[in-house]
Amino acid sequence: MRKYLSKRILSSLLAITGLFVMVFFLARLTGDPGHLYLPIDAPVEVRKEFSEKHGFNDPIYIQFGRFLEDLSEGDLGYSLRKERPAIDIVLEAIPVTLSLAAVAMTIALLGAILIGSLAAYKPNGLFDRISRVVSLTAASAPDFWIAITAILVFSVSLGWLPTSGIGGLPYWIMPIGILVIRPLGLLVQVVRGSMITALSSDFVKTARAKGVKEKKVIFKHALRNGLLPVITVAGDQAAAIANGAVIVETIFGWPGIGKLMIDSIMQRDFAVVQASILITAIVILSINIIIDIAYAILDPRIRHK
Amino acid sequence: MSNNVNLLLKVSNLAVSFDTVEGSINAVQGIDFELNKGQTLAIIGESGSGKSVTASVIMGILTCPPGRIKSGEIFLNKQDILKLSETDRRELMGNKIAIIFQDTLSHLNPVFTVGAQIAECFEVHKNYTKKESWDKAVKLLDRVKIPSPHKRAKDYPHQFSGGQRQRVMIAMALALEPDIIIADEPTTALDVTIQAKILELLAELRDERNMGLILITHDLGIAAEVADKVIVLKNGKIVERGTLKDVFIKPKHKYTKELMNSIPGKFDQKYKRNDNIETKPILEVKNISKSYDTIACDNVNFNLFRDEIIGIVGESGSGKTTISNLILRLIEPSSGSILYHGRNIFDFDKKELFNFRRKVQIVFQDPYASLNPTMNVFDIISEPWIIHADFLDKKLHQARISELLYSVGLQPSDSKKYPHEFSGGQRQRIAIARALALNPEIIICDEAVSALDVSIQAQIIKLLKDLRNKFSLSYIFIAHDLPVVRDLADRVIVMKSGKILEEGNVEEVFNNPGNPYTIDLLKSSPSVEKLLSN
Repeated sequence: MRKYLSKRILSSLLAITGLFVMVFFLARLTGDPGHLYLPIDAPVEVRKEFSEKHGFNDPIYIQFGRFLEDLSEGDLGYSLRKERPAIDIVLEAIPVTLSLAAVAMTIALLGAILIGSLAAYKPNGLFDRISRVVSLTAASAPDFWIAITAILVFSVSLGWLPTSGIGGLPYWIMPIGILVIRPLGLLVQVVRGSMITALSSDFVKTARAKGVKEKKVIFKHALRNGLLPVITVAGDQAAAIANGAVIVETIFGWPGIGKLMIDSIMQRDFAVVQASILITAIVILSINIIIDIAYAILDPRIRHK
Repeated sequence: MSNNVNLLLKVSNLAVSFDTVEGSINAVQGIDFELNKGQTLAIIGESGSGKSVTASVIMGILTCPPGRIKSGEIFLNKQDILKLSETDRRELMGNKIAIIFQDTLSHLNPVFTVGAQIAECFEVHKNYTKKESWDKAVKLLDRVKIPSPHKRAKDYPHQFSGGQRQRVMIAMALALEPDIIIADEPTTALDVTIQAKILELLAELRDERNMGLILITHDLGIAAEVADKVIVLKNGKIVERGTLKDVFIKPKHKYTKELMNSIPGKFDQKYKRNDNIETKPILEVKNISKSYDTIACDNVNFNLFRDEIIGIVGESGSGKTTISNLILRLIEPSSGSILYHGRNIFDFDKKELFNFRRKVQIVFQDPYASLNPTMNVFDIISEPWIIHADFLDKKLHQARISELLYSVGLQPSDSKKYPHEFSGGQRQRIAIARALALNPEIIICDEAVSALDVSIQAQIIKLLKDLRNKFSLSYIFIAHDLPVVRDLADRVIVMKSGKILEEGNVEEVFNNPGNPYTIDLLKSSPSVEKLLSN
């Protein structure tokens, strides 16, 4: 297990390195930052000075060398726009997104386990039919539309919730609600499917033949087996939120990593783009490693491999 | 009701049906039987006879729907358990009546320790603390002879061997000292020597606690070893019942007689091979060894002649399948050679190997897994001709498939059907037709009849014999079931831990085994003969 994990971490580091090289060059394809940062009628000398100051007129491989050199000292560069170290800006944004992701995924996962298990207990029963329609709708709902409609209804018409911004509980309700919808719909379907398989397994028969109560048959014997595929999908969904709940962050004005990434790309703020992608990549790879560990905890057969 | 004080269980007029899209199927059609204390009742039947459904109904684990109990009463301690509420019923399950299943790997929960799974019985039915339950579980593991039970209780099912898992299952069934244990094919997946030990353990526990034992089996040998009373089920009806000797020695019903005739190992109608046709073997296995982490196959030597059937017998881990993989050149040996008409197959270049592949074919054990469910019979049998395109002109495929299907006892019209439309025996016929497609010289049968019912098994063995005569084939017949080998093979090789322990003509080895292990194997192999000769 330890060997497996260290292998995973090593391959993750390789992936991050590859990603980094790619991001560096791709970012520079977006054009010259000078065009955005200087007035449109800026004289040639000013432009030249700007480029020289930031090293944009050096050949790209020299820029890359400099970038690697800085990186080896833990320096991820300086934001052009905000004139602060890029990493500081990213580290301010990431907790906002992570807390959104953590709360949303916890709610989605717990809800999905409950609804999915009950639906799987009597496939094609009334509860199953209703939950199937609802979960399918939820899984395919466009979040930008729901977000705007929700603002219209709950903030503008009813005035129950604030339209946007960060603050106490009322500020969390709509962003979280919208982030939960899609993963919840998807996870209900996954839980239902894997619980139907688990509940028709032979070991469930054994448990029933022992006289185990139905509640325990579902939530102890079947669930632990049924959770494995669920965790994989939940991990993907968590990664997708961590990767930037761009739409929700933008609509509700939450200063998270998704919004930061989009803004810095628009502004050709290369250092911030690079830093936010690096941190996001680390977060996503960590989520993957956590899933691997969860797998091993849930299933002894994986642990003993 | 009778006033029999020893009566434990009385099933009367039980009928069960399954509702399917094509209508309702009557799986059990009004059966009745009784079980007394200390008695073993064997329910014998082939697949689809309704024997496991009956067990599920008694245990209250029949899935309804699609299952439906149409009529019947099941009296346990003078109480009709079918009329009990779910809670009252649950109180009896595992407590008064317990079940042991066949496939222990899937019937034990993979994510909990065996200790926890046994202890759960006490947590469900008694108000024991966790610690008390665990200690009891450890004691039970000791009782079913699992070595170092304190340590092993913390292990998971996949860390045990098949025989040990069955012991765990028995420990679980025993936990609350039930009056009745139902054993549903308890030893089918196990090696014969282990099977013998499990049956012995069950009989011992039955006597120790004066329990009633219901043994559900398709294996007449096993029933002959342990049963007192027998009922024979066919298509959900009891066709014969009586004491063991009555049923086995003087079967009355046509089906029972047919079953008795299907029992392998009776040693009759042997095809006598003409030993003088050819003196050179077609296949020579020379000093072949193969090791992975352990030694799978250790310096094995034998020859195979044209028209000959060699049986390789041995328990799991004996190296039988490694030999088959080596002959097929699916794996490379660690040392040694296999000569095919005098040439080492491991020296073959690409083209020679391609041609060699035509000459050696295989039929696998599980016809449900070895046929691609998305291909129809035509595609399955003609696939070898697409790979070996020069073998047969495309226009002739249909005609040849009809011929092949005919020779394995199927209809030419079957070529458009898909595997799921066939029974297990028919599927194995399709697998044999596929093996015949390239006119091979050698067919390896890796446990090719082990998954089949006895009557079907007898048919497939007859088919294999007929095909040998017709096409002058040589077989390497790998099996753990000794009587089947006795029926089919000319020569037999006994293997253990990768080594050949004994080799010789079938008659010699079976009648005068020289090696202690062979003697043990033969003794462990449940057989009806022992009963009949008494």
